[in-house]
Amino acid sequence: MMTDFMLYGGVAILLLMLAALYRLVGGPTVFDRLVSANMIGTKTTVLLLFIGVLYDHLDMFVDIAIAYTLLNFITTLAAAKYFQRRPPAASRGEGAGGEVGP
Amino acid sequence: MIDWLAAALIAAGILFFAFGVLGLLRFPDFYTRLHAAGKSDSLGSVLIVAGFALYNLKTLSPGAVLVSLKIGLIALFIFIASPTATHAFTQTAMALGIKPWRKGEDRK
Repeated sequence: MMTDFMLYGGVAILLLMLAALYRLVGGPTVFDRLVSANMIGTKTTVLLLFIGVLYDHLDMFVDIAIAYTLLNFITTLAAAKYFQRRPPAASRGEGAGGEVGP
Repeated sequence: MIDWLAAALIAAGILFFAFGVLGLLRFPDFYTRLHAAGKSDSLGSVLIVAGFALYNLKTLSPGAVLVSLKIGLIALFIFIASPTATHAFTQTAMALGIKPWRKGEDRK
């Protein structure tokens, strides 16, 4: 019973990640993409715990989840600092943040 | 019994995640999207992680308690790190002069 629940929970998390991927690909500004990437990273941490229960090795997957959480946090802060130093092209000046190129 | 409690916690967390994703997709502007994503994400992940810690305590051996302690550390770290990341995003966007959305303004 519990294995089924974990399986369906993992699939639900995966579908939510796919939905957040829409904002990552099509978001109008760079910051929308960053928020979406941060959200997907948090969901990945949780998904690793689901996989750990499904494979019956939660003790191993917990360490991976801890490492992934730290990595996600550092990536987020580094990206925020980077864009503070070097603004993306379209958000300079007019401020509204239109279509932002790569 | 403990299974049902853990399942309830995990289901509540997935519900919060779903609301966060809904806000991320539907809100009109970066700040409002951040408002939806930041809060629901931190609460949802803490709920799910607490559910896993409880589920793991079914067999009360020292190893299981250690693993549950590690899962609790994940929850603590997410609870500190997620608001910090949200704050950093907002600070950067404000420093770059991105204006918040006003009522009636049409923006994709």
